[in-house]
Amino acid sequence: MGGMTYTMIETSSLSTAELYGQVLCDLAEIHPDIVGLSADLAKSTKIGMFGDKYPHRFFNVGIAEQNMFGIAAGMAKSGLVPFASTFAIFTSMRGLDQVHTDICYQNLNVKMIGTHAGLSFGQAGSTHHCTEDISIMRTMANCKVIVPADGMETANAVQAAYETPGPVYIRINRGFDQRLYPNTGYGFEIGKAVELTEGTDVTVIACGSCVFQAVEAAKILDSVDGIKVMVLDMHTIKPIDREAVLKAVHETRRIITVEDHSIIGGLGSAVAEVMAESGKACAFMRLGIPDIFSIIGLHEDLMAHYKIDTNGIVENVRSLMGRDFEADENWDDEV
Amino acid sequence: MVINNQELLLLEDKAHELRNLCVDTVMWAGAGHIGGALSSMDIFTILYYKYLKIDPKRPDWPDRDRFILSKGHVGVGYAPVLADKGYFDKELLKEYNHTGSSLGMHLDSAKVPGVDASTGSLGHGLPMAIGMALAARLQNKQYTTYCLLGDGECDEGSVWEAAMSASHFNVTNLVTIIDRNKCMIDGPTEDVMKLEPFADKWRAFGFIVKEVDGHSFTQLSEAIDYALAEKSAPVAIIANTVKGCGIDFMEGDYRWHYGGLDSEKIEQCRESLGRYYEKRCKEV
Repeated sequence: MGGMTYTMIETSSLSTAELYGQVLCDLAEIHPDIVGLSADLAKSTKIGMFGDKYPHRFFNVGIAEQNMFGIAAGMAKSGLVPFASTFAIFTSMRGLDQVHTDICYQNLNVKMIGTHAGLSFGQAGSTHHCTEDISIMRTMANCKVIVPADGMETANAVQAAYETPGPVYIRINRGFDQRLYPNTGYGFEIGKAVELTEGTDVTVIACGSCVFQAVEAAKILDSVDGIKVMVLDMHTIKPIDREAVLKAVHETRRIITVEDHSIIGGLGSAVAEVMAESGKACAFMRLGIPDIFSIIGLHEDLMAHYKIDTNGIVENVRSLMGRDFEADENWDDEV
Repeated sequence: MVINNQELLLLEDKAHELRNLCVDTVMWAGAGHIGGALSSMDIFTILYYKYLKIDPKRPDWPDRDRFILSKGHVGVGYAPVLADKGYFDKELLKEYNHTGSSLGMHLDSAKVPGVDASTGSLGHGLPMAIGMALAARLQNKQYTTYCLLGDGECDEGSVWEAAMSASHFNVTNLVTIIDRNKCMIDGPTEDVMKLEPFADKWRAFGFIVKEVDGHSFTQLSEAIDYALAEKSAPVAIIANTVKGCGIDFMEGDYRWHYGGLDSEKIEQCRESLGRYYEKRCKEV
């Protein structure tokens, strides 16, 4: 790691995106090869903090995401390290051809920080919600996909992204996230899940804003039901931590994945792939946005609606506890 | 840089050689984007044999001029140029498009020395070229970035996003050339999606426009010299060209966007290219 450390006390007034802006400014002070780009979302994505400090290294291309990612690719080809920020939905969809061909195909050192991900832009609706990006971005060869759980993890992810050659996609939310980590010193490593609670009955594998909810759910399940939940912060969706998934299968025999994303193609799918290929299945459930376009509302209300909040996780863990993985030969009750 | 007659004849020789090598490559590949490759060949020739500051022995030389082939489908015309410059063995052209070959229809910058950016999906080259030009400005490097676009490609919105930003950031260490061969896959550009008034469009996006005969080395050279010297605004060179230039049965025919050549056709190509070369040399 780059040696920069942050604590919750110093940064308590900063939203997750503001912390990204702050970390980028700090990194840029040490690394003159960092440049910033945005597409008329400098203020919203907080990359504007970098732009204010380093105006000659910042390029706002207007509302033109394709051009932004193309320019970023050209800059990376010339040895610069561009951080390009727009909303997650415009990163993973509006500019995807450029992300695919210019950045990922050429394996360029571009860091794509998509904000307002999942349902965090609540009332903006499905034109601005982004529940497909994890699925899309993890199919881009060469691209790493990181979904930080809070501001501290975002600080770690941004630093790690700079230190990791090649394209990296970091997905963060709009506004404030519930704080999970008091500081950045908990051993963040790309591709390595963080085991937040120990448990032997069930594992909740979560990413992004759902990690905090999972930890809260684990507390309730322990105190009320006596269910011991292992919570994994699977901040890196690609490369997925296979070892952590298989350990969870082995030790708890029940897994629930929780993500502020479609249940198709995201964290749940990535975990299911590892499990299925290992040949060691277990009772399994994916929580996330079903195969629909979301309703509108406040982020926390939407998380409750789609049962990816604390109560939703508690309810589903209880339900899963009644389901055991069957290793029998009888298919009548499964087909 | 005024071109004298001796240099013009050398460029004519080179362009003739490259047109033939392009036909060979289409033959070895089985088929290829020959129409647009031949409309661009004089532009490739003047850039690679007169203007580009490059060193084929050091394809990653940080101070080299950059060339982005935004109309990436004409790799079948571009690869012969790179081979002739010595970036790789000409023998490799015989494997063009073959399974597992480093030379595919759209050249891959990770596999082909001398290719500054992988292109193929249209409308991508100019944004990347602008990124390289802005990087040169930030890094205090003196290199120039050249970008060659197709005219049909200019239907893509990203071309105009890029054009707007080249003007906004006053990117003048960039030379933008558009191969105006007036054809695209489904027909003439003006039938499929009208581009005219094309020069006015580039002007409206903040460019100074030079319209030239894209098969005249003298006119191309004058326009490139102008673009290199002009610092008040980016310059777009609209090179009026002929699709399939030099091969009589292809010239101006949009159906030769992509095609294969049997031995009879190959013979016709060579004869036609020979006549075309003689005609051009007489005009020098």
